[in-house]
Amino acid sequence: MHRLFNTKTIMLALSLGMHEFTPLMAQARAEVILATTTSTNDSGLLDSLIPAFEKSSGVRVKIIAVGTGAALEMARRGDADAVLVHAPALERDYTRSGDLVEGRLIMHNDFVLVGPPHDPAGVARCKDLACAMGAMARDQVFISRGDKSGTHQMEMALWRLAGIPPDSVRGRVETGQGMGATLDVAEQRLGYTLTDRGTFLAHRTRATLAILFEGDPRLLNVYHAYVVNPLTHPATHTESARALVEFLASPAGQATIDRFGRARFGRPLFIPDVGRDTMALMVPAEK
Amino acid sequence: MEAIKEALYLLLSGNPEVYGITVRTLLVSGVATAAALIVGVPLGYGLAQSRFPGRTLVLGAMNTGMGMPPVVVGLVIWLLLVRSGPFGGWGIIYTKWAMMLAQFVIATPLIAGVTAASIQALPPEITDLLRVLGASPLRRLWLVCREARLGLFAALMAAFGAVVSEVGASMTVGGNLRGDTRVLTTAIVTETSRGETGTALALGIILLGLAFVITLVLTVVQQRQER
Repeated sequence: MHRLFNTKTIMLALSLGMHEFTPLMAQARAEVILATTTSTNDSGLLDSLIPAFEKSSGVRVKIIAVGTGAALEMARRGDADAVLVHAPALERDYTRSGDLVEGRLIMHNDFVLVGPPHDPAGVARCKDLACAMGAMARDQVFISRGDKSGTHQMEMALWRLAGIPPDSVRGRVETGQGMGATLDVAEQRLGYTLTDRGTFLAHRTRATLAILFEGDPRLLNVYHAYVVNPLTHPATHTESARALVEFLASPAGQATIDRFGRARFGRPLFIPDVGRDTMALMVPAEK
Repeated sequence: MEAIKEALYLLLSGNPEVYGITVRTLLVSGVATAAALIVGVPLGYGLAQSRFPGRTLVLGAMNTGMGMPPVVVGLVIWLLLVRSGPFGGWGIIYTKWAMMLAQFVIATPLIAGVTAASIQALPPEITDLLRVLGASPLRRLWLVCREARLGLFAALMAAFGAVVSEVGASMTVGGNLRGDTRVLTTAIVTETSRGETGTALALGIILLGLAFVITLVLTVVQQRQER
């Protein structure tokens, strides 16, 4: 018994412990809670973006990846300092209520419809979005996020656009999970799903699922960053939040976004957008 | 097969991030289990030894707590500690402290429940004898626990095993922050959702190995004292 607790083991345990707790003890260090979507985190973008900001600013960033709906709710309660989200229509509710301020357009990519490469529904033959949604609704398995994320909001908008009530689609199932997990389910159930291009390209299933519909301007996936309003939420760390949003929009941040994924996927997963107008993005740049 | 190869590579290459996650897991669950031991053993002892109205109800509640869903514990603690919650001012949400607190809440009923059961399994003469001999209450606690050590070690192992393998509460209250609150279980969830199943499996093997080594050490101590 005593041998277990000799000086050496205690010292070792203490030194390991101290190492782990140094950031905790230095509480004076500024920190910011960034509530964001699973897509920015699952794709690995924030892992290459945030450390650079932490180094240059000395601000510690706590990334809480929960999906756009939950991220916006965290902002409304003042549980986050900044958000990086991708559901412009929903975001408007929060800017109008005054919970979110100082919005900046950060980047975009696009949503794509993916499914089994042999495409039993014939989605790839469709010329327009309504046709593609209609094809998937007919006796096919459609895997929905079902988690109020930005991607889920987009899916709902697309069903509305096609005039199909989502509940009437018999093969539609909701995972309630992140994009990565949902792609896994789509692959295994031979189903279709809506995904942002960034997460898809970074995910294992890019080898087994095929992009069957893309390029419609309505499939644009736009990311904005906001600061949580310090007037309505005085407890938030506004200065750090502002610095973070500024960094995302800065030349250095934008260059990192542009570089991300080029080496591994041969193309950027997100296109930096600072200096551009959201409306201009609605016209597809290519295709 | 690819996944297993990747797992072995990750294990043998000594990746500093994986090493950090492993040490952190051990630290958070170790502190939580130790704290649960300090509170749970006297609690279990007290419940085993005392007789009061409603005692069965308290024992029943505690035994239910032994199977408390970690995700519910996580949610309640999150609601308490989040900035807009009643203890938001503490500023410990998304820290290791919050994770330790959640794991402590999960582990304490487990330790108290098993402690109470194993003390009640002792011949009642032991406690009577100690009282007659005039042992102080603290000394009685110590001596009774020594007699019930087989059960107490089982409680310790069950509690550590429960918190080290728990993911729901750690994810919710810790936030799975890379290099800060990411532990083995939440890292496995992250890697799985990213489609990095090889890495996820490697972390799973480390978690199993860690749980096995700790439990083995405790088992050795437990069995050695048995003489």
